[in-house]
Amino acid sequence: MNDLQVQQTPSSRQMRLVIVGHVDHGKSTLVGRLLSDTGSLPEGKIDFVKDICERQGKVFEFAFLLDALEEEQDQGITIDTSQIFFKTQKRHYVIIDAPGHKEFLKNMVTGAADAESALLLIDAYEGVQEQSRRHGYILKLLGLTQVAVVINKMDLVDYDPEVYFRIKTEYSEFLKSLGVEAHEFIPVSAKKGVNIAQRAEEMPWYKGPTILEMLDRFEESAPPSHLPFRFPVQDVYKFDERRIIAGRVEAGRMKVGDSLVFSPSNKKGVVKSIEAWSVPEAPVEASSSQSIGFCLTEQIFVERGEVATRLDEVPIVSTTFDANLFWMGKRHLEKGRTYTLKLTTQEVPCEVVEFKRVIDASTLETLPNQDFIAKNDVAELTLKTRKPVVFDLFGQSPATGRFVMVDEYDVCGGGIIITYVPSNKEDKLRDEVRWRDHNWTKSNIKPEERAYRNGHRAALILITGESGAGKAELARKLEEQLFNLNFQSYLLDRRNVRLGVSADLAKADSPPTEETVRRFGEVTRLFLDAGHVVISTSNAFYQNEDADIRLLAQPCPVVEVLLSDDPPPGEYDMVLSLIEAGKAGESAKKICQYLKDKKILIGHNYSI
Amino acid sequence: MDHLDELEHQSIFILREAYKNFKNLAMLWSIGKDSTVLVWLARKAFFGHCPIPLVHIDTSYKIPEMIEYRDKVAKEWNLNLVVGQNKKALDEGMNHTMGRMVCCEALKTQGLATVMAEKGYTGLILGIRRDEEGTRAKERYFSPRDKNFEWNFKDQPPELWDQFKTTFAEGTHIRIHPILHWTELNVWEYILREKIPIIDLYFANKEGKRYRSLGCAPCTTPIDSKASTVEEIVEELKYHTTTSERSGRAQDQEDTYAMQKLRARGYM
Repeated sequence: MNDLQVQQTPSSRQMRLVIVGHVDHGKSTLVGRLLSDTGSLPEGKIDFVKDICERQGKVFEFAFLLDALEEEQDQGITIDTSQIFFKTQKRHYVIIDAPGHKEFLKNMVTGAADAESALLLIDAYEGVQEQSRRHGYILKLLGLTQVAVVINKMDLVDYDPEVYFRIKTEYSEFLKSLGVEAHEFIPVSAKKGVNIAQRAEEMPWYKGPTILEMLDRFEESAPPSHLPFRFPVQDVYKFDERRIIAGRVEAGRMKVGDSLVFSPSNKKGVVKSIEAWSVPEAPVEASSSQSIGFCLTEQIFVERGEVATRLDEVPIVSTTFDANLFWMGKRHLEKGRTYTLKLTTQEVPCEVVEFKRVIDASTLETLPNQDFIAKNDVAELTLKTRKPVVFDLFGQSPATGRFVMVDEYDVCGGGIIITYVPSNKEDKLRDEVRWRDHNWTKSNIKPEERAYRNGHRAALILITGESGAGKAELARKLEEQLFNLNFQSYLLDRRNVRLGVSADLAKADSPPTEETVRRFGEVTRLFLDAGHVVISTSNAFYQNEDADIRLLAQPCPVVEVLLSDDPPPGEYDMVLSLIEAGKAGESAKKICQYLKDKKILIGHNYSI
Repeated sequence: MDHLDELEHQSIFILREAYKNFKNLAMLWSIGKDSTVLVWLARKAFFGHCPIPLVHIDTSYKIPEMIEYRDKVAKEWNLNLVVGQNKKALDEGMNHTMGRMVCCEALKTQGLATVMAEKGYTGLILGIRRDEEGTRAKERYFSPRDKNFEWNFKDQPPELWDQFKTTFAEGTHIRIHPILHWTELNVWEYILREKIPIIDLYFANKEGKRYRSLGCAPCTTPIDSKASTVEEIVEELKYHTTTSERSGRAQDQEDTYAMQKLRARGYM
C-alpha cells in the first residue's frame, strides 16, 4: 500500500453491511473471499485454517475463515451472526454474516436490524428459494432499503446470462411487490473470486459493478436530525446537586432555552443546560443519536418512558394501533395472552386485539382464517396496551415507530406501527386532556413547592370493591388518619359532586353517565392541582369510568386499593381482603405505609 | 458527529440501560486498555461519577505494575473496587503448568463465579470486543448466562433496535458488553482523543517490546514494536499490523477451539 492510498482512508468509521440469503447460497464463502481478496486477514490465518482442515481431513473452504465455533464447522452452516472487519481504499466495513437457515431467523434479524446496507445472495443453480423471499421481506420490515442482489455460483451454470436474467426478473418482481428496488443484480462466483474484487472475464455481458465497487457506492446512513425532536427519557440522575434527565435523542435536534413537553404526562419545562463530563466546552445543542443529559429551569417529576418533544410537534399517545410484525418465538403469538411491549424506553403489557392478515413470509401468501402467528411468519395486526404509549408512525419517525414484543423473558417479535385511527372514546378524552393541560394557566406556586409545604405530593386514592365491602368506612378512616398526620387529605364523595356540580344532569342516585364522570374527574383534577391527597370510592361495577378518571387526574399518581377476597385479573396497587377491610383503622395504616413507600407521603421539610 | 462520537454515544446508551435495568450490577476491570476505556465511558454516561462497583479478578500472577496502576487509578477516580480471588485453588497450588485452560478456568472463571455468588450480582459489564477473536464476534450486547455460568451460543436471544434482554430467570445472569462494536484501533483513537491514562505496559520499552494485550505474566508475551506513545500505537495499528491482537496470549493457542471452550463455560 503506498502513501497516497493510506491518506485515502482517514477515518476508521465502519459501514455496517449485512449479507443475507437462503442457506448454502454462499454467504460465508463470499465473506471469506472478500477478506482474502482485500488482504484483510491477519498473517498466517489462511495457513492456520488450512492446517486444521488437513488435520481434520476436510477440503479447505473460504467459509472456514469465519466459522469460529466448532459446531458451525461440523454442520457446515452458520448458526449465529458473526461480525467481520475489512477495509477497501474508500473505507472500513463491518460485515455481518447472517445465517440462512430458517431455524436461525432471529440471528439473521439481529444482524440485519443494525445494518446500513445489505447484500442478498441467490444461488444461480438453485434459483430463488424460501429464505431468499423471507429475508427480502424482513429487510423491508426493518426499514433497510439499500440492497443489492448477488447471484452467486455462476460457475455452476457456465456463466450463462440467461440464468442471470431469469433470476433477476423473478426476484425484481418479488421485491417490487414489497415496494423495494434493488440497487443492482451482480453475477459472481465467490468460490472462484469472480466479480468480487476483480472484474470477470467470464461474463463480458455484465457491465455493472463488482461487489467491492458496489459496496463503495453505498451511502452511510445519516442520523435523522431533520425530523421533529424526539427524546425518550432513559433515566433521571441525581448523583450531585444536578437533577439530570438522561436519554438519547432519537430524532431531530434541541438547544439550550428550548421549551419542551413530556408525553404522556403533559408536563412542560425549559432546557437550562446540557450536561457533559470531560468535554472541551459545555454543549449548547444536541442532535439525533446523541446520548445526552439536560437540566430544566424548574424541577419537575418525570420518569423513564416519557418522551420529550416540542409543543407544536407532539407524538401520538394511545392504547391501540395497527402494526406489521414478524414473530421469532418458539410459542405462537396468540390472542388472549399478555406480552410486554418495549417501545423506546417504555415497557407496558399488551395483547393482540385482531389479526388482520397473517402472511407466510416465504411466499407472501395470506394464510386464511389463522388466529395466531407461527415462528418465522409475519402479520398485520391490532395491538392494545394496558397503559397508553407514546409513539409515531414508522413512516414518519422510524425510531419512535417501532417496537419489540417480549414473551416471558425473551424478545420474540419486532414490529413497525403503520396506522393509528383515534376512534375510541378514550383517545378523544386524552386529546381533550392534552389540550386542557397545554392551556392551563399556571400558578406562581409550583407543585413541588406545595409538596414541600404539605409534606406530600398530590395523589388520588381510589378505593374500589363490591357494594358492602366497606369502602366508605375505610375512606373516612384514611382521610382522618392523614389529616391527623398534618397532611392535606380530602374525601371527595361522588354523590356530593352529583348533588351540586352535576345537578343539572341527573338525580344523585342514578348510574353515572359519561358527562357526570367527566365532571367528577375535572373536580378531582382541581383538588389535585391544589396539592391534596384526594380519596374517592367506586363500585367495581364502574371500571371503565375509573379509566377516564385516571386519565383526567394525570399527571398525578393514582393509587387503586381493591377490597376483595377474589380479585379479578388486572393490576392493582394494593388488594385487601374483606376481613382486613373490616378493620378500617388498621387498613388505613397499611395504605399510609404504602404511600410512604411510594414517596407520595414524603414527610414535612423534605427537600426535593 | 464523527465515528468516535457514534461509538461513544452507543456505548453510553448501553451503560445507562444496564444501570437502569439491573439492581445488582458490577463492571469487570482487568486493568487493560479496553476495560479502562469502559470505566471512562461510565464516567461520561453518569456525568463524572462511576456508580457501578468495579470487580478485578486477581489471579496473583498478574504483571506487578498492573496492581500498582489499579490502586492508583481507583483512588484518583474515586472508584468502588472489589477484588476477587480463588484462594482455595491458589492454596492448592494452581498455576499455568497444570494446563493453561485448566488454570484460566480455575483462577479467572471460578474466581469470577465466586465473587458473583458472594455479592449476588445479576448483571456484569465487560469490555470485550467483536474484533478480538471469533467467538466474541458472535456475542450480543446483553448476553445471558445460565445457572451453571454457561453461555449457550447456539440459542442466543435476538437483539434489535437497541431493545435488549433485561429480564431473566432466577439464578441466571446477564453479561453486558458496551464496547462490543469497537475495534482495537477505535479504542486507541479514543484513548488519544480523550487523553485517558493507560498503563505503561502497552508502550514500547528500550528493548523494543510492548504488550498488545494484557494477561497473567507467565502466559502473556510482549510483541516487537517501536510504538512508545498513543499516537505511535494508532499509527502502527493503522498501517503496519498484520498479526492478531491476542497473538501474545498463550491460552488462545492451547487448542483450536480454546476460546470457544473457555467462553462457553463462563470465561470473559
